[in-house]
Amino acid sequence: MLLISCPYCGPRDEHEFSYGHEAHIARPTLEQQQTMSDAEWADYLFMRKNPKGVHFERWVHSRGCRQWFNVARHTVTHEIIKVYPMGEPAPNLEQK
Amino acid sequence: MKQNYSIFTLVRNALNYHQDWQEAWRSPAPKPEYDVIVIGGGGHGLATAYYLAKEHGITNVAVLEKGWLGGGNTGRNTTIVRSNYLWDESAHLYEHSLKLFEGLTQDLNYNVMFSQRGLMNLAHTQHDMQALRRRVYAIQLNGIDSEILTPEQIKEMVPILDCSATARYPIMGASLQRRGGVARHDAVAWGFARKADERGVDILQNTEVTGFRIENGVVKGVETTRGPIGAKKVGIVVAGHSGVLAGMAGFRLPVESHPLQALVSEPIKPILNTVVMSPQVHVYVSQSDKGELVLGAGIDAYTSYAQVGSPFIIENQLNALTDLFPCFGRLRMLRQWGGIVDTCPDASPIIGKTPVENLFINCGWGTGGFKATPGSGNVFAHTIARGEPHPLAVPFALDRFTSGYLIDEHGAAGVAH
Repeated sequence: MLLISCPYCGPRDEHEFSYGHEAHIARPTLEQQQTMSDAEWADYLFMRKNPKGVHFERWVHSRGCRQWFNVARHTVTHEIIKVYPMGEPAPNLEQK
Repeated sequence: MKQNYSIFTLVRNALNYHQDWQEAWRSPAPKPEYDVIVIGGGGHGLATAYYLAKEHGITNVAVLEKGWLGGGNTGRNTTIVRSNYLWDESAHLYEHSLKLFEGLTQDLNYNVMFSQRGLMNLAHTQHDMQALRRRVYAIQLNGIDSEILTPEQIKEMVPILDCSATARYPIMGASLQRRGGVARHDAVAWGFARKADERGVDILQNTEVTGFRIENGVVKGVETTRGPIGAKKVGIVVAGHSGVLAGMAGFRLPVESHPLQALVSEPIKPILNTVVMSPQVHVYVSQSDKGELVLGAGIDAYTSYAQVGSPFIIENQLNALTDLFPCFGRLRMLRQWGGIVDTCPDASPIIGKTPVENLFINCGWGTGGFKATPGSGNVFAHTIARGEPHPLAVPFALDRFTSGYLIDEHGAAGVAH
């Protein structure tokens, strides 16, 4: 069971949250969309990092304040290393 | 030559206090090079090696396993075998596997305890019933056995199911595949391993792949914890770790790894003689030959490689179980485990070529790979041997995510994903 610190409500039980999968996948801009190949679309839509290690991912406090936020979580230990707001770039964890 | 398993060898060895059994497979030192290396010593990998040797005459083959045989999802599933899939592509692939299962014990000279005790999918709402009818008719059109049961027929088959009108999730009907059932998961892996070994396949346990040797976009071999091994062709069959291996080879997959939990109850006298699945209330359950109830449900939402999940997922499964079977309410659970499943966006597997030449992949079986073990190995062996996909595997190529030809079996398969 994960204990997730919602940036707005504080630490709450995992089942108050819903998982938003990999973070920082930017939707192609309208301009890019004009010239994108099928392979580039497939890459955006389907291909995932799925790392064994630190994963940058989105969660939403769906049974709470309903706000989205980013989480850096280790996929082997399940340790939540950092919670940071949407729109912020992935933290460089080596500096930590 | 391997000794044959039969009643006579059993009696003879019993008289010798079981001192003279041959080893089931060798543990050879790795050769410098193989024609084919199969990465992953689970059921699918071992089946691939077996069919490479048996049907394609390629015996200079190694199976590399980082742990022990069948120690991953092969030993961590609920052993259900069925082929009641909606879409033609899936129906043909899974039916191919089910047919191989039907002759597997004889083919492998190893009792895989395949028990075609029938498999029931419950419907609890009007919409469930509509989807169920559509699925049953589609399955029948593919020549696969499937039928619709009324609540009375369900009650007769499984008297302990709560079929009353006051049930929290009233049972309105069910589909039944009589040829579906369960098989002994370990035996499937061991049977394939033994027969593959007999045909000359080297099974290398405790040999973890740490990288690929790729020259000009062509795979030449693998780096392992026991040194480099050359290979003309390499097949990746590693389920949950597919993304990790693909990363080593320099490409990405449309796959996410999630924990899938299952559990087993204390053993009880025979009470459930078929497999019961409820996609809506969300549990599937059968009774093992030892008497334990074996049950499972859905994946944990987050990605993970930890082989454990969150306890509330188990609680949900048990709630579902006791809703459907009130008499199981006081049963204690004996053990619980998690496996790491590689889920695809369309809940269908990926079988075929990769961006690296002579490197093939078989992954994405998600929550339902066990039933496909022989079929998966069979079509993947063909794909590796010929360098071209088996006709049944053509729709499951990686490029379907570029072409858009997805085979969406979410829900359509009538099971919990």
